Amino acid sequence: MSAIEHMPTYEPVLLKNMSQPGYTGSLPDYEKTGGYRALRNILGKVAPADVTQLVIKSGLRGRGGAGFPTGVKWGFLPKDYQGPRYLCCNADESEPGTFKDRQLIERDPHQILEGIVLACYAIGAESAYIYIRGEFVLGAKILEQAIGDARAAGYIGKNILGTGVHADVWVHRGAGAYICGEETALLESLEGKRGLPRVKPPFPATHGLYNKPTVVNNVETLANLPHIINRGPEWFAAIGSPPKSTGTRIFCVSGHVKRPGNYEVPMGITFRELIYEHAGGMRGDKAIKAFIPGGASAPFLTPDHLDVKMDFESVAAAGSMLGSGGVTVMEEGTSMVWAALRLMEFFYHESCGKCSPCREGSSWLVQTMRRIVAKRGRAQDLETLSDLCKNIAGRTVCAFGDAEVSPIMSTLKHWRHEYLALIHEAEAAHLLRPEPAAKRH
Amino acid sequence: MTLSEKYGTEIAEILSRYPVKRSALIPLLYLAQREGGYITEAAMIEIAGILKLTPPQVYETATFYTMLNLKPVGTFHIQVCKSLMCALVGSDTVIGWIKAKLGIGPGETTADGLFTLTAVECLAACGTGPMMQINDDYYERLTEEKVDRILADLKSTGSCALKTGPFMWPEPARNG
Repeated sequence: MSAIEHMPTYEPVLLKNMSQPGYTGSLPDYEKTGGYRALRNILGKVAPADVTQLVIKSGLRGRGGAGFPTGVKWGFLPKDYQGPRYLCCNADESEPGTFKDRQLIERDPHQILEGIVLACYAIGAESAYIYIRGEFVLGAKILEQAIGDARAAGYIGKNILGTGVHADVWVHRGAGAYICGEETALLESLEGKRGLPRVKPPFPATHGLYNKPTVVNNVETLANLPHIINRGPEWFAAIGSPPKSTGTRIFCVSGHVKRPGNYEVPMGITFRELIYEHAGGMRGDKAIKAFIPGGASAPFLTPDHLDVKMDFESVAAAGSMLGSGGVTVMEEGTSMVWAALRLMEFFYHESCGKCSPCREGSSWLVQTMRRIVAKRGRAQDLETLSDLCKNIAGRTVCAFGDAEVSPIMSTLKHWRHEYLALIHEAEAAHLLRPEPAAKRH
Repeated sequence: MTLSEKYGTEIAEILSRYPVKRSALIPLLYLAQREGGYITEAAMIEIAGILKLTPPQVYETATFYTMLNLKPVGTFHIQVCKSLMCALVGSDTVIGWIKAKLGIGPGETTADGLFTLTAVECLAACGTGPMMQINDDYYERLTEEKVDRILADLKSTGSCALKTGPFMWPEPARNG
């Protein structure tokens, strides 16, 4: 790539090690960069409740999609509960458009493991499960290897570094189901059942894995912990768009850009900067038509939104969500109805079947969308789509219902004329068809 | 041979990870399809016995997950991602190439039992599409030449060097 002088550079945090030439992600490599220093400085030296306070102070919010404050989530665990507690690392990475956790896992696994042990210590868990999507076979192998090395070095297992703290970590592979990225479906799956989300409350904090107090945190969330400990919550809280969106995010850029990929930047830069500077702009220098700002569940945005800041609040105010950080960019000429159909087919395939509005509604939506795209639509189809969407969103056990209607709702809002054009074409073709022969009486 | 006879120590190790036996269900189902590529009814009944579940409980879980095969698949299971992010950069074309080269469409297996083609939903490699997974390996940024070589290599040697290693994209700078 040619030098890009004007491109702003930021100090990466999570991708820093792996960006160094020759860095393999092995235990010796990780230790050379100061790895497991946070663990040494915390375990047995700082009270678990103080670690939680530190994370609250940093402002760290979940990187999986919902953006819930991590330390606050930890604080929901019952203080006086005597039985086992669990930590689950959500490495399901199933949100279309998202491919950051795969890179963190395969290139710097110990960064995640150190975060896991720190979180275990803070919440008092002695067992952690990394729930990794089944397709990441290489990632699972790399994690198994790293866990073995860390265990041999005394960073994982019984009596870590002689402090009397126990935390064991296991890899648990999923088997191909988008819904298992939803935290309660993940727990069901980890218990050997179908991945059907649970009705909340009760929340996992009190009734999680095996009905025990449980925290589920995303890979990227946990990977931030060693850095927050090493450099202090004030350092972290000053990055990005304080006070509500602190730290960096790894944004995953896909679609019609020159340089798709993972870019770690402070939260609060604009979509324009991410797409035109970091990702190199549109391929063939075509005009941008639309983008999805935070994974398939996030409503589509238009070029008018390019100057929206990439923090939780600003994207929400623009009518979408920062979600999982997956930014998918579409060029002029892309059919928005087709794009919405492609995502609808995804959601139809992945609906777990627990709630009727979602199970039946997704089937109706996909059939109606297919009919419109195939130019066999009818004028009343748009109303049918709106009605279906309104009857799915907010009427399901988990957020999948809201997610699956967002591609259609948002494209109907911004590109209704494209739907109408397809339907008009269908109606015109219908008029040209010869009249059916009159029935004989 | 039963699973216990074949993988006795591995099964014991898997069971030791969980305080509740049922959690070992998906790991054991993976074991059951490791060799033959799919899970037989006999294996499900045996697993039910190991975990103190009923066979329907095993079946209930096994039928939920797309990666658990209850029917035979080809030696090489080609899964091309068809979700929007890959579709924007040409996944339909990839499916077309494979169809032309192997004579099979999605859901079909070649007559020699070597290749099965499936069009699947997002595999979390959206920045390096179009892409496909064949058995355990990812193949990304596909071109027609790459697809040709992958299919030829798999057919002749059973593996292909074009598979992705530890992932990073964009690739790190190579200076130094």
